[in-house]
Amino acid sequence: MYGNQESSHMTQTNNENVVEISGLKYRVGDKVIFDRLNINIPRGKITAIMGPSGTGKTTLLRIMTGQVLPDRGRVFVDGKNVRRLDTDELYDLRKEMGFLFQNGALFTDSSVYENVAFPLREHTRLPETLISHVVLMKLQAVGLRGAAGMMPAELSGGMARRVALARAIVMDPKIIFYDEPFVGLDPISMGVIVRLIRELNDSLGLTSIIVSHDVDEVNSVSDQSYLISNGKVVAYGTPEQLEHNKSAWVRQFMKGLADGPVPFHYPAPDYAEQLFGGERF
Amino acid sequence: MRLLREMYYILLDFLQSMGACWLFLLRILRCIPGALLRWRIIWQQIYSVGAMSLVLIMMSGLFVGMVLGLQGFNTLSKFAATTALGTLVALSLLRELGPVVTALLFSGRAGTALTSEIGLMRATEQIAGMEMMAVDPIRRIVVPRFLAGAISVPLLTMIFSAVGLLGGYLVGVSLMGVDPGAFWSQMRTNVDLWDDVINGLIKSVVFGGACSLLAVYEGYYSHPTAEGVSRATTRTVVNSALAVLVLDYLLTALMFHGV
Repeated sequence: MYGNQESSHMTQTNNENVVEISGLKYRVGDKVIFDRLNINIPRGKITAIMGPSGTGKTTLLRIMTGQVLPDRGRVFVDGKNVRRLDTDELYDLRKEMGFLFQNGALFTDSSVYENVAFPLREHTRLPETLISHVVLMKLQAVGLRGAAGMMPAELSGGMARRVALARAIVMDPKIIFYDEPFVGLDPISMGVIVRLIRELNDSLGLTSIIVSHDVDEVNSVSDQSYLISNGKVVAYGTPEQLEHNKSAWVRQFMKGLADGPVPFHYPAPDYAEQLFGGERF
Repeated sequence: MRLLREMYYILLDFLQSMGACWLFLLRILRCIPGALLRWRIIWQQIYSVGAMSLVLIMMSGLFVGMVLGLQGFNTLSKFAATTALGTLVALSLLRELGPVVTALLFSGRAGTALTSEIGLMRATEQIAGMEMMAVDPIRRIVVPRFLAGAISVPLLTMIFSAVGLLGGYLVGVSLMGVDPGAFWSQMRTNVDLWDDVINGLIKSVVFGGACSLLAVYEGYYSHPTAEGVSRATTRTVVNSALAVLVLDYLLTALMFHGV
């Protein structure tokens, strides 16, 4: 399956793209999640991956970060073939990445300060004073320096996500992955997160990859977006291009319409037959 | 035929679990040298699983010793051999009850806590988060907890047996009137350091390792749901109890030539 070119972890990839995925195939049981999916994510930009729930957006992030192995296809991140890395090489690559989980994934038995300091303590031998300075700077960047002594259970959903964001950037990564960063947030927290994503991306020179189905928030922050459905990319472009896309599917998704190519009902047997056919569920 | 097939699948499932557990142990053993450098984390875990179990262990040890004293006195008095009460209590505790009961109590109190803690860490993506921060969760989470359990159980066993002896003394000597000199001297004469004390300790080391391994294994591989964690916690108690009792028989047969 792999040619000589792919036997090395480094290969000829376009340096302008930080992530290059081609011919990606992945299935869980009989369900096809990705079918020859192709995606390129340019360096230094904010790229969104959108699609309805259950289309495999989070799985795609996990494939990019080596948490899930696909069945087939090429997955290159920062020039490295993720599928061919051993554990040590994968961990080295992950030191260049930040990942914001949907629920924050903060360590519940550690304070906000200790959560943010965690990667520094694990990967560096910095003196405590320097660790303190770095942690407080990152917390200041997300506006939560004053919450350094709080425990995760005392934080609101938005605050927890900002702490997780501070932790994700504490090692100054090149790439940051956001898994549904806007879910369950009030409008103010959502606005704060949108602003932080843009500011951090521009000020730290990051590449940001956002997985979300919150169209308005994503459009307000992303440079370009991919729309995926049924395992394939159905549209790609800037927010303006997607807004004016003629495809009925894209229009239904972007405008949140109930009627359209995506049916309201999940495939099911005939309604009347199931109700009156005598068969119990 | 169907019964045979079901038994075949149960056996297959059991062997698969055993294999996975051994592989997990190998991963743990590989990470131990690195984890030992972070002794503070191990120390915290010893406090959490060991020191926090002290009251339970001491109370249980006291009452087990008292029951042994009472039962032993009633039985020995039929043969006019109540002076051997110290020997009976000491041998029962050091050889069997100390290691076995401590391990069972440990798996119930600390093993379940380890399983549910690690299981919930998986359910709340803390383990995935750690992996994304390029930190090996086996080295950072599993190994310190495994070592803490393996170190704590022998220490708790010694405390259990010591308090149990005190309980036996209280009932035998203070309540039933056995001569204190005879109680201690018979014990010192008949209890052997290597055969009884050290063998009992070896048992507790094996039990501690087995209970801790099962606890962290079940937690690490639990389904990331409330039901999954609950099932894993139950499996920890059941499997630990079975493992302790089976290992106890094997070790007893090996140590005391009683096959």
